[in-house]
Amino acid sequence: MAKQFGIIFACLAAGHLLSYIPGLNIPASIWGMLLLTVLLERGVVKAATIAPICKFLISNMAFFFVPPGVALMLYFDLIAAEWLPITVATVVSMLLVLLVTGRLHQYLHYRHKKHRHGNR
Amino acid sequence: METVDTLLHTPVVLVSLTILIYWGAGWLSARFKSALLNPMVITIALLICFLKLTGLSYEDYSESGRMIEFWLQPAIVALGLPLYNELRHIRRQFFSLLITEVAGCAVGIISVVLIAGWLGASPEVIRSLAPKSVSTPIAIEISRQLGGIPALTSAIVVVVGMLGAMTGLKFMEWSSIRRPVSLSLSMGTAAHVMGTNRLAQYGDRYGAYATLGLIINGILTAFLAGPIVDLLI
Repeated sequence: MAKQFGIIFACLAAGHLLSYIPGLNIPASIWGMLLLTVLLERGVVKAATIAPICKFLISNMAFFFVPPGVALMLYFDLIAAEWLPITVATVVSMLLVLLVTGRLHQYLHYRHKKHRHGNR
Repeated sequence: METVDTLLHTPVVLVSLTILIYWGAGWLSARFKSALLNPMVITIALLICFLKLTGLSYEDYSESGRMIEFWLQPAIVALGLPLYNELRHIRRQFFSLLITEVAGCAVGIISVVLIAGWLGASPEVIRSLAPKSVSTPIAIEISRQLGGIPALTSAIVVVVGMLGAMTGLKFMEWSSIRRPVSLSLSMGTAAHVMGTNRLAQYGDRYGAYATLGLIINGILTAFLAGPIVDLLI
């Protein structure tokens, strides 16, 4: 257990160091995630070694986020004042992301397939 | 009465209360299987009601809150494992994935920032909306980095996830997006963990691609949100 926590927190700590790189506003935790992926890919860390702790942390992610959600009570006035732009922008943008990502990926796939077929 | 008051100001008591509520909410949502009964949403709503009723302020809760929230960061680091597991898929179709994800990510940030701006949202709110498609823990960190309000971001992210999980498949059917892989990828990109959960029930392949979409969009948003927001406001 100590080893698993050690690996995760070492990545996180190194991520905090990297997050001071000026110009790039990348959160420390994202750096940590990328570092862990690199360590796994390079074989420095074995997937089986950290699998239990990763499963635990990922499956409980929703719980860890409860406190920032509770902080919402501080902003009820702000939401009441700006509910219209918040709602419209969020809904339209979400649908646009679905549309663009899905259509583009599908298009690239079929184009690639047709291309390969044509070369034969 | 004084004892109750002291107890309520003991961080461990409020942490325990949070865990108990979350446990109960999880039981409820498992019992009634509904996208609306999200354990996280129920817990947040009940805790806010509890604090309002007992007259505690958010500051009274925040010490307990920090103990729980602390674990968000290692949890994001842990996502490195599923990312590693998906590397095989990523390598095989690196360019189509990269193009798709960059487009999806940029469209998500640009559209939400522009629309909110046109409708008169304040800069602070716009900054909080920018990372809305990304999974909550990542979005909170990005929002903080951008100068937004993390709490507002987390609420929006949950709403986006719920909407995506409820309407996403129907919407893509209308937009003739039928390839399972494309469908899963866009659900993960647009509606993060909640969209992924919706698809996981169809099989491992759906879940894997949705996870891929959510992780890549998380990373890209971390890199792109800052420059795009600075450019647009």
